[in-house]
Amino acid sequence: MAKTPLQFRHNGREVAIFVDGGMSLLSALRDEIGDHSPKFGCGQGGCGACTVLIDGEPVLSCITLAETVAGKSIETADGLKTGPELHPLQAAFMDNFAAQCGYCTPGMLMAAKALFDHNPDPSRVEVIEAISGNICRCTGYESIINAVLAAARRTERRA
Amino acid sequence: MLELRKDIFADERDDNLKEIGKPTQRQDMLGHVTATSVYFNDHKLQGMLHLKVLRSPHSHARIRRIDLSEAERSPGVRRIIRGADVPHNLNTLLSLINFGKDDEPTLAVDKVRYKGEPIVAVVADSQREAFEALAKIRVDYEPLPTVFDVEEALKPGAPVINETYPKNTFTYHDIYDHQKIRFGDVERGFAAADHILEQRYQMSPIEHAPTETNGSIAAPDTNGRYVVYTSTQALFFSLDTCAKILDVPSNKLHFIGGTVGGGFGGKVDTVTEPLSILGAMLTGRPVRYMIGREEEMLYCAPRGAERIFIKDGIARDGRILARQFRCLFDSGAYTRLSSYAAVKCAAHLPGPYTIPNVYAEVYCIFTNRVPATAMRGFGVTAVDFAIECQMDKLADLVGMDPMEFRLVNAYRDGDMKAHRREAKNTALIECVQVAAEKAKWRIRDDFKRMSSLKEAGGQRPTAPPPVREPILVNRSAGQQRTVYDRPAPPPPEPIRPPPPAPPPLAQPAPAPSHGAIRFSSVFGGRRR
Repeated sequence: MAKTPLQFRHNGREVAIFVDGGMSLLSALRDEIGDHSPKFGCGQGGCGACTVLIDGEPVLSCITLAETVAGKSIETADGLKTGPELHPLQAAFMDNFAAQCGYCTPGMLMAAKALFDHNPDPSRVEVIEAISGNICRCTGYESIINAVLAAARRTERRA
Repeated sequence: MLELRKDIFADERDDNLKEIGKPTQRQDMLGHVTATSVYFNDHKLQGMLHLKVLRSPHSHARIRRIDLSEAERSPGVRRIIRGADVPHNLNTLLSLINFGKDDEPTLAVDKVRYKGEPIVAVVADSQREAFEALAKIRVDYEPLPTVFDVEEALKPGAPVINETYPKNTFTYHDIYDHQKIRFGDVERGFAAADHILEQRYQMSPIEHAPTETNGSIAAPDTNGRYVVYTSTQALFFSLDTCAKILDVPSNKLHFIGGTVGGGFGGKVDTVTEPLSILGAMLTGRPVRYMIGREEEMLYCAPRGAERIFIKDGIARDGRILARQFRCLFDSGAYTRLSSYAAVKCAAHLPGPYTIPNVYAEVYCIFTNRVPATAMRGFGVTAVDFAIECQMDKLADLVGMDPMEFRLVNAYRDGDMKAHRREAKNTALIECVQVAAEKAKWRIRDDFKRMSSLKEAGGQRPTAPPPVREPILVNRSAGQQRTVYDRPAPPPPEPIRPPPPAPPPLAQPAPAPSHGAIRFSSVFGGRRR
C-alpha cells in the first residue's frame, strides 16, 4: 500500500512519519510515533478516550485522518507536563480522586485543557459542557468536574 | 471467634486501621493522570501479529461446511485456527471449582448457539489483513429453530440449545433443574392473608461497556512459556482457564495484568486469552487479540436478563405472611457464571425481611441469546429491584408509609431466616431510620425507637394501626395494579389536523463550545 509522508508538531517537537492511506490520527500517534497516551475506546467517535488537541482545539483522533494534520500542532496528554512538576490539571485530578480505571483520563485531561486555554475561569456548566464528549464508565463525573474547577482556582492563585 | 495471627505480618502493617475520613491516594494515580499507566494494548512487541474471529450471523444453526481455501491465500495471513486446533475445545468457567459441566467451545465446531459465536480465528500481519481474510471464509449453515425467551425455553418441545443440558436448564448437584427454598407453608400463609399481591418483574440484559474493550497479547518466552498481557479482571482465574483449554501446565503461562480499563464484571470470561496464546503457539510470534467496540457491545457477555414473579400474602397490619418467588435467569447459550448467579439469588431471598412462609424456585435457563456473565452484584441486583418495588406496592395496599412498612418486616437479631439460619448482626432497621432522617422523611416515634437487637425492639406483631384505612377491595390474583404501576393507557384521542407550523425563528449563530462541538461533530456536519 502506498505510504504518504507526513510532518507535524507533536507536543512541541517536529515529527515526520509515513502513513497508510486511511490511517487515523490515533493510529499514527500510537503505532507510528509511539505515544500511547491517547486511548482506543470505540474507534467511532463515541467515547472521547482518544481526544487530542489540534492547534488547541479538541478532536477525536480515532476519526481524524492522519493526513489532515500536516503542518499542524498536536498536543496529547503525554505532553501536559514538561518537567517533574505536574500540570495544574493533573495535580487537581490527583487531589480530587478524579480517576478510577484511568482509561478515560487522558481524554478528559485534554478536553479540560482545551477549555482552560480558552477560558481560565470556567463555570461548572462550562466544565460539564467541555467534557460532555468524554465517557467515564466508572461514572466518576462529579470528581472530574470538581477537579477541573479546582485546577482553575489553583491556576488563579498562581497568577 | 476467628483468630487473627497478627504477629505474622506485624512489621508490614500498621494496626491502626482508622482510615475513614482521611484521604489515601490510589497507588496507580500518578500513572493515570500522566497517561503512563500501561494497559494491555500499550505493549507493542516486535513482530506482533493480529487475531480476529469470524462470528456466526445466525442465532442457532448447524455448521455444515467451512471453506477456508480462499482465506488461506489472502495476503498477510499467517495462520487460520479452527475448533479442531484447540487442544481442549470445551470448557465451562466454573469447572475450576468443579461446578457445572463443560458446555462451551472456544471455537464452534458443529453448531452455533448464539449470534456472534466465534467459529474461526485468523492470525495476520495486520488487523486489516485479518479482516480481509475473514471476509473470504465461506461457511455453510443450516439454520435451526431459536428460543429467546426463558419461559418459551422451559416449554415441552422447545428446541434444545445446548446439548450438554438437554432440558435447557442448568443442572444442580447432578439432579435438580433449579435452586429451591421451602420454608413454612406458603399456601397456609396465603389463606390467612388479608391481601394477595402477585406481580411480574423483568430486567433486560445490561452491557458493561468498559471504555477499554476486552483483549490480550500473548508472546512466546523461554522454556516453552508464554507471557500474556491481558485486560482480565481475574488474572489467576484466566490463567487456569487457559491452562485447561490449551492443555498446558499452568506454570507455562505468565499472566501480566492488573491495569484494567474498566471491567464491572465483563472481563472475567477469558474470551481472548486462549486464542491469543494459541495463536502465539502456532505462529511462534506475539499475537494480539483485541475485541472491537461493536463486538464488545453485541457479542460479549452482558449482565443477563431476569424475569421474576413474586406473590405475597400480607396481613392488614402490614406483616408479610407468605412470599413466593419464581426467578428465571436467562443464561444465554452457555453457562459462563449464571449458574452461580442463581445460587446467589436463592441465598438472598426473600430479602432482608422476616417472613414465616417462603417458597422459591430459581432457574438458570439456556436460550439463543448472547451468554450472560457477572456484573456488579449479579444474581441479587434484579431480584432486589423486584423485591423493593413489591415492598412499595404492598405498603400502598395496606395504607402504610413505605419506610414504616419496611421497619415492620425488617429482620432482627435472632429471627429465623428462610434458609434456616439465625439472623445475626442485622441492621436494616437502623439503616432505614438513618435513611429516613437523612432524607427528612417523617416516621412515627414508635418506629424511631425500633431496634434490630433482640431485646430492644419490641414485638413485631404489635405494629401500630395504619395511617389510613386499608384498601379492602377483594382483588383477584394476577397482575394487579397499584398506584406505583403505570396507569392504563388512555383511550386514543380523535385525530385532529396538525396545527399550522410556526414561522421559522431566526437562529443566532451558535457560540463555539468545545465539548458540544466535538460531540455533535460526530453526528452533525460540523466536524473539524
